[in-house]
Amino acid sequence: MTEEIIIAGFGGQGVLSMGKIMAYSGVMQDMEVSWMPSYGPEMRGGTANVIVIISSERISSPIIKQFDTAIILNQQSLDKFESSIKPGGVLIYDGNGITRHPERKDINVYRVDAAEEASRMNSPKTFNTIVLGGFLKVKPIIKLENVLKGLKKSLPERYHNLIPMNEKALKRGEEIIKEIQKSL
Amino acid sequence: MEKELRLMKGNEAVAEAAIRAGVDGYFGYPITPQTEIIEYLMEANPAETTGMVVLQAESEVAAINMVYGGAACGKKVMTTSSSPGISLKQEGISYIAGAELPCLIVNVVRGGPGLGTIQPAQSDYFQSTKGGGHGDYHLIVLAPASVQEMADFVDLSFELAFKYRNPVLMLSDGAIGQMMEKVYLSPFKERSKTVPEWATSGKPSTRERNIITSLDLDPNRQEVFNRKLLAKYDEIRKKEVRYEEFLCEDAEYLLVAYGTSARVCQKSVQLAREQGIKAGLLRPITLFPFPTKRINELAGKVKGMLSVEMSAGQMVEDVLLSVNGKVPVYHFGRMGGIVTTPEEVVENLKSKFIGG
Repeated sequence: MTEEIIIAGFGGQGVLSMGKIMAYSGVMQDMEVSWMPSYGPEMRGGTANVIVIISSERISSPIIKQFDTAIILNQQSLDKFESSIKPGGVLIYDGNGITRHPERKDINVYRVDAAEEASRMNSPKTFNTIVLGGFLKVKPIIKLENVLKGLKKSLPERYHNLIPMNEKALKRGEEIIKEIQKSL
Repeated sequence: MEKELRLMKGNEAVAEAAIRAGVDGYFGYPITPQTEIIEYLMEANPAETTGMVVLQAESEVAAINMVYGGAACGKKVMTTSSSPGISLKQEGISYIAGAELPCLIVNVVRGGPGLGTIQPAQSDYFQSTKGGGHGDYHLIVLAPASVQEMADFVDLSFELAFKYRNPVLMLSDGAIGQMMEKVYLSPFKERSKTVPEWATSGKPSTRERNIITSLDLDPNRQEVFNRKLLAKYDEIRKKEVRYEEFLCEDAEYLLVAYGTSARVCQKSVQLAREQGIKAGLLRPITLFPFPTKRINELAGKVKGMLSVEMSAGQMVEDVLLSVNGKVPVYHFGRMGGIVTTPEEVVENLKSKFIGG
């Protein structure tokens, strides 16, 4: 099993940390992982992205052009990466601020309005965790218990009080996808 | 003792491995994309645990001269930087090579020339393997291709540096420095309590004083010393060549790549084979000494070779010398901080050797 993922959005949306939680969760499940961030000037206010690969085998190239899954959090990233998803692959995006929606018909598109949902849940910062929960419902490659272990590992100890809130967010993301899948 | 599993950036792995390897001193100056090394060391504050000194010098030139001084005292010392910073250190590196001192220098390469970019590149191959500073000298050059090797090669570097009394350079790049992977960390080693017999550690009555210098005004004596260095480099060429082969047994086309490019090419080999092209990969782990003999042997078995580097074509010259005209050799690479993609490599392999 190999899952090649790109996560992209604005700097500050938690793009890199979502990737980090994924990578740690993969480690907790005894998988091989790589986490390759874009770094440099684009991170300072512009778009940020990270390539995460989770695999049962040794990972060759950490830098790739074609992805099984793209998790997209803003318009620029959607424009940039929609064409980079493998046919039959998955696109998960937050509709917040999106004016041109995905057009491809040969991929599975899921819209998760996580920003809206997170503010409704009164925890706007867990917005990226809702998306992550959604991803894990579409691609159940990591068990929830391992994601929680991964969260614990990637969050500094002083933030461990936020874990229950994040668990709720993960589950909410899962439910949103469940509803979408039912309506399909 | 069991190895500890962590998820780390390559830069962090170098720093943690240095503490665990029992390094006596780190002297550095921040520069992207390797600043996490000094950041990590400062935060870990090993002065309180192993007694390792971590010092941010006032400049790269100061840092390398602190390394020179520490090494002269027989200590395990190191510095890290990225391309423009390594250029500033070249004078000191030449002096250290001339004084035959062990130390570790890590270059997390970014695009050049000049200040260039801060993204990954492999354009410092010539500088690392052919000199860099002035005079006839070689560094032992190791090229890590994973976060695990960023950690493992710290210990290996010091082992080689002290064995041959020669500076060792780890030639990494921004991609390996910045990416996170699983890494198994070695148990802590104690810092050495003994000093080598050549070190300037104070003159006891039992021996003559030790002198560390790279200066000899007598050309005849200097030439004798140059010959001694050459003999040392020949021994290193004989004993320390390291490389890894990936699907070379039945390969018709051979990719040669190190570091990040080798990771990319591993995927290219798989993609090429899915298309029915029998490709293989030779990954030099030591760039000096270069796996000349093995590449020459493989040249007798394949139809051609492609040297893949994130540069305008530097290592390709060593591949050409190794192949010595047996088969065609080409270069492919991106520059300026752009990492070659696996698909691009396959397309290039096809267009150069197969047509289309």
